Amino acid sequence: MDFRYNEDPLLFQETVRDFLAKECAPETVRAIWESKTGRSPALWKKLAEIGVTGLLAAEEHGGIGQDETTLVLLLEEAGRAALPEPVIGTAAVAVPLLRQLGGALATSFLPRIAAGEAIVAVGHPVSPFVEDAHVADLLLLAAGDELHAVRPADARITEQPANDPGRRIASVAFTPSATTRVADGERARALLAAALDRGALACAAEALGVCDRLITQAVAYTSQRKQFGKPVGSFQAVKHMLANVKVKLEYARPVVWRAAWSVAQASPHRGVHVSMAKLAACEAAALGAKNALQAHGAIGYTWEQDLHLWMRRAWSLEQSWGRSSFHLGRVRRAVLEDGLPIGPGTTFLGGA
Amino acid sequence: MDLTYSESENAFRAEARAWLEANAPKAPLLSFDTAAGARAHREWEQRLHAGGWAMVPWPKEYGGRGANLLEWLVFEEEYYRARAPKRINQNGIFLLGPTIMEYGTPAQKARFLPKIASSEEVWAQGWSEPNAGSDMAAITTTAIRDGDHYVIQGQKTWASRGAFADWLFGLFRTDPNSERHHGLSFVLVPLDTPGVTVRPIAQLDGETGFAEVFFDGARVPAEHRLGPEGEGWSVAMSTAGFERGLMLRSPARFQDTAARLVALLRENDAGAGDALRDDVVRCWMGAEAYALETYRTVSRLLAGGKIGAEASLNKIFWSELDIRMHELALQILGDRAELLPEAPAARGVGSWLDSYLFALSGPIYAGTNEIQRNIVAERILGLPR
Repeated sequence: MDFRYNEDPLLFQETVRDFLAKECAPETVRAIWESKTGRSPALWKKLAEIGVTGLLAAEEHGGIGQDETTLVLLLEEAGRAALPEPVIGTAAVAVPLLRQLGGALATSFLPRIAAGEAIVAVGHPVSPFVEDAHVADLLLLAAGDELHAVRPADARITEQPANDPGRRIASVAFTPSATTRVADGERARALLAAALDRGALACAAEALGVCDRLITQAVAYTSQRKQFGKPVGSFQAVKHMLANVKVKLEYARPVVWRAAWSVAQASPHRGVHVSMAKLAACEAAALGAKNALQAHGAIGYTWEQDLHLWMRRAWSLEQSWGRSSFHLGRVRRAVLEDGLPIGPGTTFLGGA
Repeated sequence: MDLTYSESENAFRAEARAWLEANAPKAPLLSFDTAAGARAHREWEQRLHAGGWAMVPWPKEYGGRGANLLEWLVFEEEYYRARAPKRINQNGIFLLGPTIMEYGTPAQKARFLPKIASSEEVWAQGWSEPNAGSDMAAITTTAIRDGDHYVIQGQKTWASRGAFADWLFGLFRTDPNSERHHGLSFVLVPLDTPGVTVRPIAQLDGETGFAEVFFDGARVPAEHRLGPEGEGWSVAMSTAGFERGLMLRSPARFQDTAARLVALLRENDAGAGDALRDDVVRCWMGAEAYALETYRTVSRLLAGGKIGAEASLNKIFWSELDIRMHELALQILGDRAELLPEAPAARGVGSWLDSYLFALSGPIYAGTNEIQRNIVAERILGLPR
């Protein structure tokens, strides 16, 4: 048992953090928001160069063959920067899905994703919307118990303007056929279940970074903003509000790390672990958004202040890859109905 | 990262489980805050000690088992799984012991640790005073050097386990001209010293879990000072770190409560709505998160890390989770929630009400949660004082 990261993934995380601080500063995020597609092909390409887009792809496909435990560290950085690129849908979900599908789709798309030259969007029954369908080079879409690979030209994509300009979503209609079908029955169900776990895990990881950044922003603001002759951050009412967010965040982080481990190791409990991570991290980010806004006062309520970059992401991550009610339902069924072992010593497999 | 138990960790678990199954009392003991219960708990501690399980992470020479902190977590899981008795000497084994390991002289270690491990000497805490609660640096009880003794004058209050303990550890002002955090020393006081008077205080639950302790010229050998004279504050902070951060409340305690809460819900599911079910599930997740965070902390400590201000995050988390779980248990019990176990209609209420009352003390003891939030805000987040 060793619940620590070794140095390599932590160094990778630091690299991505430094990269995004430079390449994805708030003014860049705003510029990308205002662009037509809400996406920056140049930034996507650079993310590919440092290994982010092909993180989970095998080396033979131009990737670097890392697992989800490393992925969650990098996605935390994406959240910290409110990065508006399709890292969740493409890097975290589509890449492993394509790996599992194999064949021509994998050999054709994986190297292009790893090179930052393709975006693959995944549509899952858990949500009526598909993230990044409007810029996708390929759509992997569920239809009943089947999975279909659809060219964007063969689908009707209706963009749905939403609260977070950094997360573009659309409704996608298509006509399933034998030529588009890539999996069905048990295999398709397993692929979709894995996609859901990966998507939710990725959202949880991003939410950690979002929450941390919301705290940082609020601490910076309340440390310099003075009222009654003192920084407002010296008042206990403000301190305690932000301390509460920190408590939520630090108790979400190990839940996310454990879920990443469970997905990487294909633990039989990975679904429950992922749902716990999504709930914990999205709740931390939601509380972060609420309390950071309150700590800022009126200035936080403006479009001009950067705070809403992370507030919006906190809210959109909650909507993404299963809302809290969905994930709470999964955990509730596991604990109350399906006899998941609970009690002291059951946290890790092979314990009590 | 490796989130699986090693073979030796599993072997350790099996050994602990077998011993506890053979030795743990089958029925709960009386509360250790009663005279008869205190005796029964001391006897249990002696049995644990004879089996080598009293304080598994301590070196064998001090009465421990020489296990590491991960194995201690495993032991705690098995201990709560066996529903073994609460630890009457928790002040000694979980708080003072680690502090003596860090600050004690070899002679102090040899003198005190084995008797802590065996609970031959049960310890009370002596921090608060009538005018020094959350503001602990306002302590005025003095311990003035007189030859090779300190002469103690003043009063401590809310001394946990004071009613049935043999010794008290705490902070005293050894420099009468000092202020605030300066001039304090950490001193170990035998409660049978002439000039020491212990007056038990009945708690909210009716039991005498804490006490007032009066010192009127009590003479204590200077060799019972732990750490340098005048630097008691940092010694005390180390104790507080263990208390809040790791040892006092191992995750197994809350995982056991969560499991019992789930069982209670199942037994009374007919009246429970979806909202209540979801709240119970959230508590179970909270207990799991606490376990995960503790395993992360212990992994860090085993690699040479230290517990710092983040101990305050822990204390907030477990104390508030504990209250929440008990509130839900009472909701599930419905009309029976207010009944004492001896009430004719109590049927299966168990000890939820009693432990609810105890849970309410969680955000107060070991430093109120308001103080913990200040620590989080100032020392972790860096907000201005």
